[in-house]
Amino acid sequence: MKKVLSGNSAAAYGSMLVRAEVISAYPITPQTKIVEKIADLIANGEFKTEFVKVESEHSAMAAAVSASLVGARTFTATSAQGLLLMHEILHWASASRTPIVMVNINRGLAPPWSVWADQTDSIAQRDTGWMQFYCESCQEVLDTMIQLYKVAEDKDVLLPAMLSEDAFLLSHTSEIVDIPDQEKVDDFLGTFDPEYKLDVNRPMSFGSLSMPHQYYYEFRYKIAEAMENAKNKIIEVERDFEKVFGRSYGGFLDLYRCDGADIVLVAAGSMSSTIRIAVDEMRDKGHKVGLARLRVFRPFPVEEFKKLAKDVKIIGVLDRSFCFGYEGAFFTEIKSALYNMDDRPLVKGYVVGIGGRDVTLDVIFEIIDDCMKTTDTKEESFKWIGLKG
Amino acid sequence: MIEIRFHGRGGQGAVIGAEILAEAAFLEGKFVQAFPYFGVERRGAPVTAYTRIDDSPIRLRTNIYTPDHVVVLDPTLLEIIDVTEGLKENGWVIVNSHKAPGDIDVGSHRVAVVNATSIARKYGLGSVSAPIVNTSILGAVSKATGVVSIDMLTSSIRNRVPSKVEENVQAAKDAYNSILVDQNAR
Repeated sequence: MKKVLSGNSAAAYGSMLVRAEVISAYPITPQTKIVEKIADLIANGEFKTEFVKVESEHSAMAAAVSASLVGARTFTATSAQGLLLMHEILHWASASRTPIVMVNINRGLAPPWSVWADQTDSIAQRDTGWMQFYCESCQEVLDTMIQLYKVAEDKDVLLPAMLSEDAFLLSHTSEIVDIPDQEKVDDFLGTFDPEYKLDVNRPMSFGSLSMPHQYYYEFRYKIAEAMENAKNKIIEVERDFEKVFGRSYGGFLDLYRCDGADIVLVAAGSMSSTIRIAVDEMRDKGHKVGLARLRVFRPFPVEEFKKLAKDVKIIGVLDRSFCFGYEGAFFTEIKSALYNMDDRPLVKGYVVGIGGRDVTLDVIFEIIDDCMKTTDTKEESFKWIGLKG
Repeated sequence: MIEIRFHGRGGQGAVIGAEILAEAAFLEGKFVQAFPYFGVERRGAPVTAYTRIDDSPIRLRTNIYTPDHVVVLDPTLLEIIDVTEGLKENGWVIVNSHKAPGDIDVGSHRVAVVNATSIARKYGLGSVSAPIVNTSILGAVSKATGVVSIDMLTSSIRNRVPSKVEENVQAAKDAYNSILVDQNAR
């Protein structure tokens, strides 16, 4: 059924469609409406779930880990400062192998206060052992939530997954969303029934001490291995999802008009939609420009980037985040992925949209123009676009 | 594509108004997008909201800089914000005001006026001191611009408004029937 929904409402409907059994969340702008919508759905009797009220995001994630450990399908949502407060428990979640799905609304970090789009909050959780997905539309938010439970709960994966959507540009943007039939989602997902869980009839302990000579090292290796396993699973699940629901999002790298492209822009999240318009305009003028939308940041799509890079002259990477003391995270990681190629393209980095600064068509054309003017293919380049004087 | 920019103050319903307009256009078979731009969430602070309506899927995810029409929910905003910034030629400026359209200075743009505040008060929408004027002014938007029909607008209001549903529908209809247009406008 088609409805006009915001990215926040899409996430709330997603949690109902996957039949999340436990939800613990603490409200924070611009995520608050996810919690409010879930509360509405529970109050009007549409959604049967255990909503755990908590006093902070740290507790929200702790409750989510506990719920997942007893074998409940668990959902939570947060943003920015809230995500940072969860940081300690994010590690607990992945190392406990709890397949929690969380929606994070990408928002700028204070100070100064900003409630607008900025991906630094989730990039700062890169090393927590969570899968990371970035969405472009409200429909993709809903569909990806369904996909993520299927990936996360797979016995060869069993890792938590974070779905990020840009503050306001998706969280508060209402657009047409096709809500899938409940029966189809039920058939697609099945129920969550982990082999190891907290069960009074089958006692076992989780998270106890592991001495250096015992298995801590191997537990960490297993997480690394699970991330590798997730790569195939993400592709497989999206293929299956497309068969049932008729929609797909390109897996790891959503390629748009990259065939024969000399210049490819890489971006994640809502700005990708606007970039598609710029790409079309450039193609109409005969310029070979494409977009590779980075949909999955962890596990990182090294092979996909290598394949893309074979036939491309310049890759322009747009980061809506910044790692102080170096550069944009996507820029760094894409260069690293291509380093061992014999004939790699020039990779140029651009910071845009920090703190919700509007990424307009003019901004994108400026970047395309900068790439087109590049003559020295060994030139290193990294720029903040549109800084005010 | 039609782009509409709303200027209001926190508590007047500009954000929900942009969504109601989008849903009305969706009910007419259009592709739509509505989103707000606001700072601190407090009553009285200036709020901007946007609606895009198109025959094909909308990919542009930026603020609206060159709107086709502008909707002003609070006339005092005319004194502090250039509401017509970037407004296209022949675009409507639809203002909630008790004044006559000829007394509203928005340069050479077409002006439509509706007393949304008194209509909202009449139907008990919001409080007497802080009425919620979004559904009233949307009736005027429907009449002046024709971007959505009054029938689809009232359907959208019924889908979206959480309480006093029929009062909101009546407010939109009253506004539709009572807008004043500057007769000297181009």
